[in-house]
Amino acid sequence: MLDDFFTRALVAGIGVALVAGPMGCFIVWRRMAYFGDTLSHSALLGVALALLMEANLTLTVFLVSALVSLALMALRRRASLSSDTLLGLLAHSALAVGLVCLAFMTWVRVDLMGFLFGDILAVSVEDIAVIYLGGAVVMGIMALIWRRLFAATVSWEVAHAEGLRPDQVNVVFMLLMAAVIAIAMKIIGVLLITALLLIPAATARRFSHGPEQMAIIAAGLGILAVVAGLWGSLNWDTPSGPSIVVAALVMFLFSLVPLPHGARQKEGVQK
Amino acid sequence: MQVQGGPQQEALIRLSRAGFQVRGKWLVHGVDLAVHRGEIVTLIGPNGSGKSTTAKIALGVLKASAGQTFRAPGLTVGYVPQKLAVDATLPLTVKRLLGLTQRVSQAQVDQALAAVGIPHLAQAQVQHLSGGEFQRALLARAIAHKPDLLVLDEPVQGVDFNGEIALYELISRTRDRLGCGILMISHDLHVVMAATDQVLCLNGHVCCHGTPKTVAESAEYRALFGRRAADALAVYEHHHDHTHLPDGRVRHLDGSITDHCHPGDGHHHQDGLIEEEDSREEDTREEDPRQAGGRGA
Repeated sequence: MLDDFFTRALVAGIGVALVAGPMGCFIVWRRMAYFGDTLSHSALLGVALALLMEANLTLTVFLVSALVSLALMALRRRASLSSDTLLGLLAHSALAVGLVCLAFMTWVRVDLMGFLFGDILAVSVEDIAVIYLGGAVVMGIMALIWRRLFAATVSWEVAHAEGLRPDQVNVVFMLLMAAVIAIAMKIIGVLLITALLLIPAATARRFSHGPEQMAIIAAGLGILAVVAGLWGSLNWDTPSGPSIVVAALVMFLFSLVPLPHGARQKEGVQK
Repeated sequence: MQVQGGPQQEALIRLSRAGFQVRGKWLVHGVDLAVHRGEIVTLIGPNGSGKSTTAKIALGVLKASAGQTFRAPGLTVGYVPQKLAVDATLPLTVKRLLGLTQRVSQAQVDQALAAVGIPHLAQAQVQHLSGGEFQRALLARAIAHKPDLLVLDEPVQGVDFNGEIALYELISRTRDRLGCGILMISHDLHVVMAATDQVLCLNGHVCCHGTPKTVAESAEYRALFGRRAADALAVYEHHHDHTHLPDGRVRHLDGSITDHCHPGDGHHHQDGLIEEEDSREEDTREEDPRQAGGRGA
């Protein structure tokens, strides 16, 4: 029943979910959902460039996403340009340009659906190595800057005043986000990466009393969503990305059900 | 200028002729200010007079557009900002808030929360706190890691009156215990005067400055709370002899309008204020080492 490709997809998906949990929490806390969307949509531009130059796919996507995120950061500093209009414009333009470029490259046979929505059949051993190696690096850096990044999220001013250099960690965070998008793309697809980042974190919020706890719960919920989604994808022959997102959504909806009386009392005691 | 430490003691922070402008408009300019160890400097002034801006320049959060800023190397800072909104999506307990920028031990958490009077709220979510409780939590956060310098931007806003007095006493005790310098912005001068070493009155620039009553340290003075309030109000409710107009020009008491205010501009009652202080406090001043060389207004 567990075919080889399915095991590979499962292992890869769990790796992605582990990194997506903590990263997604910061995206929720910092209200950067649209920002993440813009970044992940620009990943398709990276795909087109990689195919054009016959470069490493993950690396190229990372570089393009990193460039876009740094450019967005610079634009954001100008208050007049920080609108959702700008983000929407960039997100969909990058996606469109990527699609057009791919269409022009008639000599490349490319599974567009796989890039847009993820494809469990496409996961190779090499991809798993990239996900776990890249994931370990991302997690390691996250652990190193965790306190500073969290302080900068709560208050830039306090973090700055107390010598934590929030601008520095913000740039590092942007680069990490680009890295996560690059390694998550194969499993979940560029259109839905933000969903895997956001939905488990949003679900975890309800059950968390502290930021670290929320990150761990989000990672756990992400793993659950990946397992359930991939299983559904195999069973019903649906694309893996949307299946994972649907599984995450179901969990989110369940989390909206009011807590039983005992649990709510416990929450009251916490206060 | 007015706040000079003795040569034996270097300032924790020092601004000289510092100013900050946004799109050609000066929010504050020509500020001279220094905070030394064991000293409380309080900024007062009307809304929009540049108090918070001055504090942010001192902290380095804003980069001064003019003048010089100095911060002692390796200076550790505890900052209570005027506004801090914690997003509802952030699960954050008071205990975790205390460890926001520095690792703090359980003992430090307990001690800081007990000091500000909310030891029972360690596990509470910060979004569930009342305004006064949150303000106490912020103060606990700033003092928990025993910084060299505390910068408190209206630290007791939203705290009830009795709590206010208790927190100001805590701030002054913290200064005594840690020997840290404190730069404070406050409206509640009637309470804060007792512990303040220097007062700077801002109105886009330093309008006046002075050393308030050191006698406030004495038990006798504390017993006379009514007089304390009255004295403080004399400082707080003084009238400026010129008004800064929205276009940046200055209207003087005699109705004339000029482009800038002049060094001679000040206050009606300034003489009364400063002289009264000087005559009354000469005897207590020498007993307090903090005051040594701490004036010159």
